[in-house]
Amino acid sequence: MATKVIMPKLSPTMEEGQISRWLKKEGDKVSMGEPLAEIDTDKATMEMQALGNGVLRKILIGEGQAAPLGQLIAVIGEPDEDIASLLSEAPAPPQVQEKKEPDAPPQPQDQKEADRPPTAPNVAPANGRQPQAADSGRMIVSPLAARMAAEAGIDLRSLQGSGPGGRIIKRDIEAVISKPAPAPAPSYVQHAGASVYRDEPASQIRQTIAKRLVTSLGPVPHFFLTAEIEMDRAAEMRKGINALDPDLKISINDIIIKVAAAALIQHPQVNASYQEKIVRYYEHADVGVAVAIEDGLITPVVRAADQKSLSQIAAEVRELAERARSKKLKPEEYTGATFSVSNLGMFGIDEFTAVINPPEGAILAIGAMTAKPVVRENEIVIRQMMRVTMSCDHRVIDGATGAKFLQTFKKILENPLYLVV
Amino acid sequence: MAIITIREALNQALREELARDEKVFLMGEEVAEYDGAYKVTKGLLHEFGNKRVIDTPITELGFAGLGVGAAMAGLRPVVEFMTFNFSILATDQIINSAAKMLYMSGGQFNIPIVFRGPSGSAFQVSSQHSQAIESWYAYFPGLKVVLPSTPADAKGLLKSAIRDDDPVIFMEQERMYGQKGEVPDDPDFTIPLGVADVKREGTDVTIVARSLTVPLALKAAEQLQEQGVSCEVIDPRTIRPLDIDTIVASVKKTNRVVIAEESHPICGVGAEISAEIMERAFDYLDAPVKRVSGVDVPMPYAKNLENLAIPDVNRIVAAVREVAYLD
Repeated sequence: MATKVIMPKLSPTMEEGQISRWLKKEGDKVSMGEPLAEIDTDKATMEMQALGNGVLRKILIGEGQAAPLGQLIAVIGEPDEDIASLLSEAPAPPQVQEKKEPDAPPQPQDQKEADRPPTAPNVAPANGRQPQAADSGRMIVSPLAARMAAEAGIDLRSLQGSGPGGRIIKRDIEAVISKPAPAPAPSYVQHAGASVYRDEPASQIRQTIAKRLVTSLGPVPHFFLTAEIEMDRAAEMRKGINALDPDLKISINDIIIKVAAAALIQHPQVNASYQEKIVRYYEHADVGVAVAIEDGLITPVVRAADQKSLSQIAAEVRELAERARSKKLKPEEYTGATFSVSNLGMFGIDEFTAVINPPEGAILAIGAMTAKPVVRENEIVIRQMMRVTMSCDHRVIDGATGAKFLQTFKKILENPLYLVV
Repeated sequence: MAIITIREALNQALREELARDEKVFLMGEEVAEYDGAYKVTKGLLHEFGNKRVIDTPITELGFAGLGVGAAMAGLRPVVEFMTFNFSILATDQIINSAAKMLYMSGGQFNIPIVFRGPSGSAFQVSSQHSQAIESWYAYFPGLKVVLPSTPADAKGLLKSAIRDDDPVIFMEQERMYGQKGEVPDDPDFTIPLGVADVKREGTDVTIVARSLTVPLALKAAEQLQEQGVSCEVIDPRTIRPLDIDTIVASVKKTNRVVIAEESHPICGVGAEISAEIMERAFDYLDAPVKRVSGVDVPMPYAKNLENLAIPDVNRIVAAVREVAYLD
């Protein structure tokens, strides 16, 4: 089998090496451990030894030429072996490392080191990421540092180890933990059960708005938007669906949840929450549904309501509400909503304002649906009207942003066919 | 509490156990008329008579075998080796008879015997009379192996060893007989076998030391404290059974370990402790476990070379600084 000869790491700080002299010519017999070439590193001229037996078939980097670490510089093989496929790889990218090539110690003859399994792959998956060879070879990290990094969600590849040979050790992890976390790059993160979200750095103006509004209006600076919505078509749809299958028992509130979720997906700025120095945007609409219980109120969460059918939402809300009343909800079932809906229509409330459930960005207060005279095409007609008031967290939602969301919500609810378009 | 030497503490333990239990008797070369080569049995012949304190010929295998037989017959012999170097001659009786009798007799014969004497490096007595061979005995199931490092430990552990129903190898450090310390006056003071002692508490590095290296480790810890490194010094006291839980708990706190021992590194107790730590506390280690051992050569006679062959405070300090990434 042919052996690739790659530019070895012959000094701890070496990034590339220059071939000073080839000690073998193409066609010469070479055996394992025999000096093959002299290489100028950033520090000294070092001898490179052959890591395979056979014939030096091809020299790819001539004397006086330089190659980065890991690049294919020659091929050792049997005299009649086909090495075309190996040659086609040249010049190999630096991270392609010949398996037998020792990378940590400066002495290429240390074969034992090369036989050890690399540390990095044991570590990186703990961060939920694929292991990746570092430019200069495997990552060296103490077991404790690896565990601490995994627990703190620190990407080891972002660190420079301060231990011997660049080993990442406890104090390197502690230094990162004690430092204020840098604003994370926008990327989606998945927590068990809850919605996927991405964190984006809050802009300076957003941070300033946040600070000022908090100091002027209390911990969560609310503002309120009210709209009156014509509910005839929604009511008609509900009646129609329930006529198909009385077991479905779809309520107006279920339709509101579904519509809110659809509108949230169209307005991601509203499906968001303000956290210290970041604004968190959720990918799914996890809608909290306020349920009155004996000594207070609780908001069980319909996860990913945007992806559920009306019948699923109806069944889920019914089931959650029942267990909420019997106080059998698990904590993960009533926390972590991205938006909430509170409905006091059944109490005959025309309109009201609800208090946001932090860290959600908004809550929608639903009033009673009542028949009212309204003007349509210059005529007074009777319509089922419902007033909704959205409370917004001004740190994350501005007036126009909330208004646009409410506009969409109203449009869909007045024309529920949009749900299927 | 009285301040006495390890020699006196051992003498007290023997006297008290001889007085407490008439089945206990002493046997060995020069233990009676001469008061013991290291005077550990001083005055005991006079006090207990020649049925309880018996001089033997220079026949280690023979009197070790007599001891095993006496133990099978219900007595509780304490067999002194003039030094453990000579126990090498008696290993067949110790390993093949004493250690295995309970197992091979199907539980019919337990062997309540103590083999005791000086061990480890001595002063300029060269290769054959200056060596630490505790890992030999710790290797065998059926034996318990004890190495005290203070007068109180010496007394409390020897009394427990004599009262123990299994064979116990009790190794006293030849250089440490004159070391002084407080010892409780209570005649029933004992220290259980198999329980480690935290000799000094610390937060940055755990030093596991035994016998001769305990005082060295404590001195190193003092120096290191001045350099801003807090060391925890643990003396297992019994290396079989080994109180690994105490060691692992300390490692989980400090994340770094140095094992200091005067014995050779290869297949030593330090190697065993190191493996246990790796198996039980891998995720808590911030640095490789570092051993400071006796040099892997027969003990030299020349004073300057002897000093280089035995661990000292400087080597322990350097090892601690290395695992704490200070250099």
